[in-house]
This record gives sequence, C-alpha cells and structure tokens, in this order.
Amino acid sequence: MDYHFNFNFVWRYADKLYWGLLLSLEIAFVSILIGMVIGLGLALAYTGGGRLVRTAIAAYVEFIRNVPLLLLVYLVFYGIPSAGGFAYDAQTSFVATLALYSGAYLVEVFRAGLDAIPKGLIDAGKSIGLTPWQRFLYVRMPMMFRIVLPSLSNVYVSLFKDTSLAYVIAVPELTYGANWIKTNTFRVIEVWLVVWPMYLVTCFVLLQALRQLEKRFSLVRR
Amino acid sequence: MIAYVANTLPFLWEGLLVTLAVSGLVVAISLVTGILCGIGLVYGPLWVRLPIRIYSDILRGTPLLVLIFLIIYGLPIISIDFGNYGSAVIALAAFKTAHVAEIARGAIQSIHYGQTDAGKAIGLTFPQRLHYVILPQAVRRFLPPWINAVADAVKGSALVSLAGIVDLTLAVQQVIGRTYDPLPMYLLGAFMYFAINYSLSLTSRRLEARFAYIRE
Repeated sequence: MDYHFNFNFVWRYADKLYWGLLLSLEIAFVSILIGMVIGLGLALAYTGGGRLVRTAIAAYVEFIRNVPLLLLVYLVFYGIPSAGGFAYDAQTSFVATLALYSGAYLVEVFRAGLDAIPKGLIDAGKSIGLTPWQRFLYVRMPMMFRIVLPSLSNVYVSLFKDTSLAYVIAVPELTYGANWIKTNTFRVIEVWLVVWPMYLVTCFVLLQALRQLEKRFSLVRR
Repeated sequence: MIAYVANTLPFLWEGLLVTLAVSGLVVAISLVTGILCGIGLVYGPLWVRLPIRIYSDILRGTPLLVLIFLIIYGLPIISIDFGNYGSAVIALAAFKTAHVAEIARGAIQSIHYGQTDAGKAIGLTFPQRLHYVILPQAVRRFLPPWINAVADAVKGSALVSLAGIVDLTLAVQQVIGRTYDPLPMYLLGAFMYFAINYSLSLTSRRLEARFAYIRE
C-alpha cells in the first residue's frame, strides 16, 4: 500500500459535514412528520372507504414501493416541474419525495396498527358512552401509536439513511458535503472514511434513543 | 410521442439488461454468502457469531450510496481494482448479504427447538439435521421475505447509475439529456422497474399465503 492518507483537508472543511449531518436529520424528521399525516389519513380512508378509494390508495402504495427512490427523486425534481411549468427548490422537492415515499410505507404500518387494537377496548369505549369521535381520539389513536412506535423508529432511521440520495439534486446534506470536499480537495477515500462512521454512529445512537422511547411508551411495561 | 418512445426503447432495453445483470449477480452472490452467514449466526460459536453480527449491524447502518462510493474509491487504495462495475456489484452484494443473513437467521430460529431435539434423538448428525429437518422447513419462511429482498436489490441497483454504469436509470437520464423532455421518460423508466418489482412482490405474497398453514 503506497497511499499516504491525509485527513487535514477533511478537518478543514469539517463544518460542511457537521451542518450536512444536521440537515440530513432535519430532512428525515420533517419528511416523516408529513409522511405520518399522509399515512394516517390514507390508512383511515382505506379502512373506512369504498372500493374505489381502496384501489386508489393501493395503487399509490404499490407504485412508490416498487420504484427505486432515486428515480422518484428525479421524477419529482425534474419530471413534474417540466410538465407543470413551475419550479421549486431542491430541498423542498426532496422533502416532498421522501414524505410521499415514507407515506406509502406508513399507510401499511398504520393499517396494521389500527387492526391490532383489541376489539374489547373499543367496546369498552362504547359502553361508557364515548362518541365515535371520542373513541377515535382517546382510545384508538393512543393505542395505535403505542403499537406502531417500533415500526416508526425503524422507518425514521431508514429515512435518515435515504437522505444520502439528496446529493444527486444538490441538497447540501452529509453526502453532498462529502462530495463537495472530494471534488475540491481530491482526498477521496479520507472523506468517505470520515463520513461512513458519521452515518453509522448517528444510526446507532438514534436507534438506541428510539428504543428507550419505545420502552417508555410500550403497551406492556417491562 | 409514440415514435419518440419507440425510438428510445432499444436503448432503454440495453439499460434494463444491465440492471437485470447487476441485480441477478447481486442476488446470486448474496444468496450463498447470506445463508452461510445466517447459519453461522444461529449455530456458530462465539468467534463466528460475533464477527457476523458486527458485520451485519455495520452494513445495515450504512447508507447504500455511501457503501458504493467507499468500495469504488477504497478498494484501489489497497491495490484491488475490479473497475466500476465489479466494485458496484461487490458493494451491493455485501449490503444484501447482511439482509439475507438476517432473513435466514429468522427463518431458522422460527423452527421449533423440538425439531432439533427429535433429530438428535434419532441420531442425525448436525449436517443431516440441517439437510433433512431444519432447512426444508425453514425454506418456507425464508422464501417470501427473500423475494422482497430481491425486489429491494433491483431497486438498489439503480444507485450504480451514480457510479457511471449505464443501467436503466442512467439510460433514462441519457435519453433525457438529449430530448429535454423528462416526465415521459422518467415515467416509462418507473413503469419498467414497477413491472419487475410488482411481479416479484406478488410472487412473494402468493408464496406467503401458500405457506401460511405452517404457522403454529
């Protein structure tokens, strides 16, 4: 091995990586929030809706789940504005893509969660005279969120990893920062050797923190 | 419009073949390595289990794109050069191995311990127990999630376009680079991926329904 590692350039531009990491976390967070609204809305529409509604929701879910995320990113950023004659900035476009993407996965998660609520609890709600709206707010929603919490944290961590794709449309997140340093200093492998552990450690810390949260809110207290 | 699409089809077809070749290679390699790692995770002694566990956790905590760049730029540093195509396939296969290992582990562990005990009781050796008792049952629980993992591999292969390999995604990009008409081409590309992956996920669902009877 006759390669001489030189990390100095990476440290010099470390702020790009630091702010990039924060932006990655932020994009994943905003996306999952919007995705949860989409997912919950569609899950409720699916359980309550007619055949047409169900088919439409299933089509959306299957389309998103079976097309590579990279192609969806291109489709939303380049494809749709070209046909509609309007434009939006890269970050908005990426958050919208990731929200639509996570929404498709969360529909299934929320549907399973709604199905998993014990029927006895809803009957209990009826028997103490709660209106359907009250049952929804005080019985079904709190139960469902506790059931789906582990899946939510998995989706969040996986979305955080997917934010690396934002670099293809020049959103200045962690992978973009890495590419910037790479093209400006040519310290190629050093950059990736720094960025890789940054992703790894963040993923593990996130997952551990979310597991603590799950324990705190899980249905069966351990 | 139709003439325009028909004109590009042969070019997209070549991209599609590259996508299929990359995913096929990745699936074939990761099937072997993943199952070996999965068996190691369940039955191996600590010095086998621990490295596989660390490998699997590290790989699954890395964005696939970062892994591809790391391997494409990293391997030549230690004087191993497989070129773009080889490195990208290695990166995807390394990533998929971790997933297949977890699927195999789950499938093997889902078989009741009594089956192993029964195998021991009639004097089967470890390879015999695997071959005649555990694996035939585990394969039914392995197949449905594995086919989903295959669909994931096809989707993941789109990332090789960022390493300059002309797969379906990059072919679509190149057509758009000439025609400046993105929407129809992206939709066509998306539809081609959809056709492959949706048939895979339908197969997975059908198998799952067929094997549902083994649930205790």
